[in-house]
Order: sequence, then C-alpha cells, then structure tokens
Amino acid sequence: MKQFSYRHTKEAELMNSMEAASKKASEMTEEELFSFAEFNAAEVERTGYSNYSYWRSTFQAFLKNRAAVALLLLLGLLLLFTFVQPYLPGQYDPNMIVNDESGMQYRNIPPGDMFLLGTNSIGQDLWARIWAGTRTSLFIGLSVALAEAFIGITVGVIWGYVRKADFILTEVYNIIDNIPNTIILILISYILKPSVKTLIFAMCLTGWIQMARFIRNQILIIRDRDYNVASRCLGTPTWRIMVKNLLPYLVSVIMLRMALTIPAAIGNEVFITYIGLGLPVDIPSLGNLINEGRALITSPALRYQLVYPTIILSFVTISFYIIGNAFSDAADPKNHV
Amino acid sequence: MLKYLGKRIGRSVLTLVIILTIVFCLLRLMPIEGYFPNFEKMTPQQIQVGLQEMGLTDPLPVQIVRFFGDLLQGDLGTSRIYRANVPVTEVLADKIPVSIKLGVLSMMVSLLVGLPMGALMARYKFRLFDKIGTLFIVCIQAIPAAVYFLYIQLYGTQILGVGLLFDIHNPKYWVLPVLSMSLNNIAFYGMWLRRYMVDESNKDYVKLAKAKGVSEGGVMFKHIFRNAFVPLAQYIPTAFLNTVIGSIYIESLYSIPGMGGLLVTVIKKHDNTMVQGIVLLYACVGVLGLLLGDLLMVLLDPRISLGKKEGDR
Repeated sequence: MKQFSYRHTKEAELMNSMEAASKKASEMTEEELFSFAEFNAAEVERTGYSNYSYWRSTFQAFLKNRAAVALLLLLGLLLLFTFVQPYLPGQYDPNMIVNDESGMQYRNIPPGDMFLLGTNSIGQDLWARIWAGTRTSLFIGLSVALAEAFIGITVGVIWGYVRKADFILTEVYNIIDNIPNTIILILISYILKPSVKTLIFAMCLTGWIQMARFIRNQILIIRDRDYNVASRCLGTPTWRIMVKNLLPYLVSVIMLRMALTIPAAIGNEVFITYIGLGLPVDIPSLGNLINEGRALITSPALRYQLVYPTIILSFVTISFYIIGNAFSDAADPKNHV
Repeated sequence: MLKYLGKRIGRSVLTLVIILTIVFCLLRLMPIEGYFPNFEKMTPQQIQVGLQEMGLTDPLPVQIVRFFGDLLQGDLGTSRIYRANVPVTEVLADKIPVSIKLGVLSMMVSLLVGLPMGALMARYKFRLFDKIGTLFIVCIQAIPAAVYFLYIQLYGTQILGVGLLFDIHNPKYWVLPVLSMSLNNIAFYGMWLRRYMVDESNKDYVKLAKAKGVSEGGVMFKHIFRNAFVPLAQYIPTAFLNTVIGSIYIESLYSIPGMGGLLVTVIKKHDNTMVQGIVLLYACVGVLGLLLGDLLMVLLDPRISLGKKEGDR
C-alpha cells in the first residue's frame, strides 16, 4: 500500500513538471521559437557530465546515519582522551601503588573524591589503569586490523587474479581453516613470551587468511567483467588493473571486515588473558583489568572493579561494530543517490 | 555419492595428518620447563638426561614418525605435571563425555531457539519483534563473549540460586553454561535465517502461493522456511566450531570437569604433554566438524552437485 502511494506521488510530480515545461514553451514568442540555433563551440565540447564523486557520496550517505556519526564522534573523543589523560594534572601512574601517610596501601578504596573510580586490590588507581588499558587494547585492535587488511588484501588480490597461485593458496586455506582459530591463538601465545607484539602476531596469523579468502572470492566474481577484459586487451599492467579496477570495488567490504576485526581482537585479548597467556599485569589492558575484576566476583562491594572496564570495553566494541556497518552501507555505490 | 564420500573423507584424513604434523612441530618450541614437575631444582645435566629419555633430543623427523606410531596405538604420551606419570588418554577419558554432553545440549538449544527466532523475525519484518531481535543480535556480535559470559554467571547464579561451582549431578547447574554457550549460535542462526527468509519471500513461487490463497503463516512455514533452511546448513560447521571454542571458556569459568576447562588448567600449570594432547584433539574435532557439516549439506539439499564441491565449503 505504501509503495503504491509513493509511486503515485512520483508520477504526479513528473506530470506537474511536464506541464510546467509545456507552459514555459507556450510563453515563448513565435520569433524565438522559429529562430535558427547558432553554432556554439562551448556547447559542442559539453559532454554528459555528472559531478558524482565516490568519496563525497560515501560521506554524504554516512553522515545521514545520525547514530553512527554520534558514536564516531564519541569514539574519537575517547581515543583522544586516552592519549591526553596522562598529561592532565593530578593523575596517578597506572602501575604506581599508592600509599597513605602511614605507608599503608590504599586497597580496594571505593570510587570517591580521591580516586575517581576507586583502587584495585593492591592499591593502584583504577581510573588511570582503565585509560592505559583502553590505550593498549585499542592499539592491539587497530594494529591487528591494519596488518590483517594489508596482508589479506595483498594475498587475496594475487590469489584471485593470478591463476597459478590459486591451487597452492586454496590448499593452504583448507589446512588453516580446519583448525579452530582460538586453538592457533592459544598455541602461539603458549610458545611465545607474552607481550603486545606476540599477541598481535598470534592474532594476525589466523585472521589474514579469512580476509584473503574473502577478497579472492570477490575478485573471482569481477575479474572477467567486460571493463577488466578491455583493460587487459589495451595492455594495462596487471598491478594497475588490481589497484585501479579491482580494489575500489571492494572498499565497502574491506572496511566492514576491518571494523569487525577490532572488536574481535579486543575480545580475543580478554580471552587469552583469562586463560593465563595474556599480557603481564604491569602492561594494563582491558583484558587484564577484567580478569582482575573477575577474581573479586564473589564480593558485591568490589564489583565496580569489573563493571567499569566492561562498560568501556562494550562501548568501544559496539561503536566499532555499528560504525563499520554504517560505513560499509555508505561505501556501497548501490546505496548512493 | 559413495565416491564423493570416499574422496571427502580421504581429504579430511590428509588434512588432519598435515595439521597434526604442523602442530607437533610447533609444539617442539614449547618452553622446556613444561616437561618437568620440579624444573627449578634440576641441574643442566639432569635436564639433558630427562630430555633424552623422552626422546626430545632426536631429530625432528624421527620424533614425528614415532609420534604417529604412538598415535595409531592410541598413545598421546604421559602427563608430567598435572597428574604425574598418568597417560594423557586416561586423564582425558573421564573429561570427554562431559564436554560432549555440554556441546550437544548447546547445539540443540541454539537450533531450537535460534530457528524460531529467525523465522518470527522474518514473519514480522520491521515490527517490534524484529527490532528487538536485531538489537539482541547486534549486542551478541559486538560485545566480546568473554564479557557477557561473566555477567551471565554473575547474575544468573543469583537468579537461579545456584552456587558458582559446578555440580554435575544437579540439572539446575547445567542451565547457565548451556545457555551461555548457545547465545552466540542463537544470534548466528537467527540472523542468517531471517536474511534468507526475507530474500526468499520476494520470489515468484511465494507470490503464486499467496495468489492461490495460502494463508500468510502457511506460506511462511511450508514454502519459505524449507527453502531458506538449506543455505543455512552451510553455517552449521561454523556453529559447531563456535561451540567447541566456547567450551574452553565456559568450562573453565564454571569449573566444569571437561576438556576445555582442562586445557586452561594445564596451560596455567605449563604441562606440555597435556597441552599437546588436548590441542591435537581439538584440531581433530575441528576437521571432523567441518566434514560432518559438508556431508549434512549434501544430504539436505539434493540440488548440490557432488563433483564440483570438492575442497571448499
């Protein structure tokens, strides 16, 4: 019903505009109507031109999604704050154990004036630790997403475009894909010494092949379209076809996957820390904080130590998820006006 | 069919052998203190002798051949630290049934809840139920499982009035672990079934059925659902792997005496042979799950051609 009425109004609009045009024509004098059209050099040069720009349309479409824009702003502020926070006045060092005058540690102080979000069980300031942890976790998430995208796109494009590579890479994929990712993650973390670098390495080790596989499937679909065949016939070098013809087509899906990798990486960090293979306690991360909070689960008064890190974590992951989806919708030319 | 079956199984076995070899080689890099219960007190000579006794100083190919030989006889080595000098298989024997029971229950719950949810969301598209369902799916997918599992444990145990520690004989204690393990897959099934049903409902045969006067509910469940369910089958292997992975965290969180919980324990205790045994077992489960998923899809949809499907899923 709704669709019908919509079409109806469209038709009415069209008829109105046609009416207006004919009215305009009838207003012209006889002389104007029957005069010769002169040769105009500028008119000859004019071609069918539209000022369509891919990125401008993408941003226009993205900006229409109010919720995503708001989240993006908040996330940007949060990111900025994690870097600014250590330089603000009156901040504690995230690893400093704060003592009172008599030398006793401030253990498990509830949130209040002195410690904005309270202290943990050995007297470290939770506020400072949460921001340092957010910094670490976001760094891990972004690094993993970037590295995965880079390796995944490079391998995926080669995999899809160069026929000889297809067989080998498909076999590699079949093998890697058969082991649950988490098992690889656990294995690598177990063998290597825990640090930010090894965590990023372990997470990239499994993620890139999913990305590459995905890109490969997309490339296979579009590689023999007419415009690519044309380019090949005209002698365009392969790398140029890849970069100019194929990749722009994939922007939306790549962005979506990257945006979803960040929450996944942060979640993996929490998981790896929980099973005891994560970062050492002196590198605060959201996984570390949640794990510390989890140990106090039995006493309701100390639950704030679990709640605050999870709020930040959930906010970050949900934001990335929603922004990623909104952006990939916006980046899809089918959704452009 | 039989030819395809044979080929597919042969492939899986080959993949499994390759995976086991790779994992085995990687595991040689494990920190060596994980082989001895009292590493700190030992002299370098004792360590050397110990390693030699276990055959860990032999060249890698020799170790691999011996490993596969032992494996064929069902020998995964002996635990060193977790339960000193007990064969790994014996330790695992009491743990595996618990994990299987948990996994099967969770697969059942996720299918029984996820499918109706997806179907109802497609039926009431863009209405309240659909919106609530979408919100649920977004939350489950965006928030790391490690976090909401904690909160389910925290508040669930209070609501149900059960203790934090698991009691295997009390059915009440099974509710929360099974529920937590199912959530991810419920969202997964719900999302994809809704997607496929919405796609399917724009097709001509649906219009025909409606024109003939079949009721809305009849069209939904007799026509659309049956067609939409087939592509869904390809996600069952992934869902199965999700369950397997979820079990590591869940079992450890609720201290369920299963395989996943055991993995976390032996990692914390640095027991190399146990870690090796369990990781290998998980790799096998992964390969087996994907194989079963493939076969299931072939059985469900007669239109899938058997020859072309080789190698990918």
